[in-house]
Amino acid sequence: MLSKKNLQLNDNGDLHHLLAIEGLPKRIIERILDTAESFVGINEREVKVVPLLRGKSIFNIFFENSTRTRTTFEIAAKRLSADVVSLDVARSSTNKGETILDTIANLTAMHADMFVVRHSESGAPYLIAQHAAPHVHVVNAGDGRHEHPTQGLLDMFTIRKYKKDFTRLTVAIVGDILHSRVARSQIHALTTLGVPEVRVIGPRTLLPADIERLGVRVFTSLEEGLKGVDVVTMLRLQNERMNGALLPSASEYFSRYGLTPQKLALAKPDAIVLHPGPMNRGVEIDSAVADGKQSVILPQVTYGIAVRMAVMAILAGSAR
Amino acid sequence: MTMTEQNQSLPDAEALFASLKAQMAPAIAFNAKLVGVYSGGAWLADRLASELDGEHEVGYIDVSFYRDDLSTSGLKSNVRSTQISFSVEGAHIVIVDDVLFTGRSIRAAINTLFDYGRPASIQLAVLVDRGGRELPIAADYVGAPLIVSRDLMLALSKSDDGKFALTTEAWKAR
Repeated sequence: MLSKKNLQLNDNGDLHHLLAIEGLPKRIIERILDTAESFVGINEREVKVVPLLRGKSIFNIFFENSTRTRTTFEIAAKRLSADVVSLDVARSSTNKGETILDTIANLTAMHADMFVVRHSESGAPYLIAQHAAPHVHVVNAGDGRHEHPTQGLLDMFTIRKYKKDFTRLTVAIVGDILHSRVARSQIHALTTLGVPEVRVIGPRTLLPADIERLGVRVFTSLEEGLKGVDVVTMLRLQNERMNGALLPSASEYFSRYGLTPQKLALAKPDAIVLHPGPMNRGVEIDSAVADGKQSVILPQVTYGIAVRMAVMAILAGSAR
Repeated sequence: MTMTEQNQSLPDAEALFASLKAQMAPAIAFNAKLVGVYSGGAWLADRLASELDGEHEVGYIDVSFYRDDLSTSGLKSNVRSTQISFSVEGAHIVIVDDVLFTGRSIRAAINTLFDYGRPASIQLAVLVDRGGRELPIAADYVGAPLIVSRDLMLALSKSDDGKFALTTEAWKAR
């Protein structure tokens, strides 16, 4: 298998596929954030569309359902004037036995220029990128437990908007780190951008054994971990985790790891709260926090469009 | 700086600016909006607005999202935010740029403006017209025409004290 780094970058060192934050140089992350800044203005205009990707065909291929992520990618593509088709592959041809690569080959024969891929298996977007025609770009929209790079990037964009300088921040990521592709993308992005202290907070059963290897500090107490932080990013607790032996109950999880106003008060007074959505109110986050002054959860959604526009525009401009 | 050189044979940009301003002063509407194309045109629009009589609001355009060469040239790495804070609808607008060459940037700038509204009129002011047009576009106000080899990129630079100068350099490889 080719190295991840080589697969994402072309010979000039430009971004050709976006598969993971891990291995992305800082200059590429910063370029995406800077470009997204210019797209924020487009999204505030009356005419929210630019002709940049006119004539390009973008296929959203979601082997795993996610209405929200798919919709934000669709909006981003449309605002760039691309033709966008969303396939809910989760209930179509793969169920009839077609392999991923056959699905991709068929769509490439329809002159696709870009694939936005969501898959429940880690690494599926790599497989597609390895076999894609040279002119085709692949964006990972979330693969298994591995990464969700555009979510990580929009979180960085949001943090930069409110906190400006990454190099003086303490950031806490709270919840189910073990199963979270968002957490993994965030950790790689934060450390690459120079955040001196990244903390992960969660019950032992939901923390990967070797997580310190990524350069983070581990806390099993929410109260301890929140002390003095500038940014708190909450992760969604997937209901299906409740069924196994990992957690006793939603209410017990909330009492120990749910973010309430009292617990948030342990962070810096101007700390901001992020959540990638969809939220489980009363499980990982209290409504008073989700709707409170320190919450930047809805700005995250707005910025997510600009960040995805930036990723698509940069990729479409890269040749191999 | 290895590629850039201050060419002795290039005209004095400050003199060209004075000539451009003198042409515009009697001709443009007293409330004409000046829209500079980043980066050279933005500097020129700022200077013109402060030195010309009248009420000239200033806007800035980055044409990167409206260019026609994404597949061949890629997206520029330092895209700036287009800023049009006035109403374009019914306005008299002068697009300001440093160098008029193929006309493609100006085509993109006009398209950008129309996504903000329907202006009453659009004119074009440039410091230098170097010929080489690939589109039917002409400037209304020109500091001076200038012949420059097609192999060279001509651009405006601004020193710390705000003085303009013209520079040439080899086109950047993709």
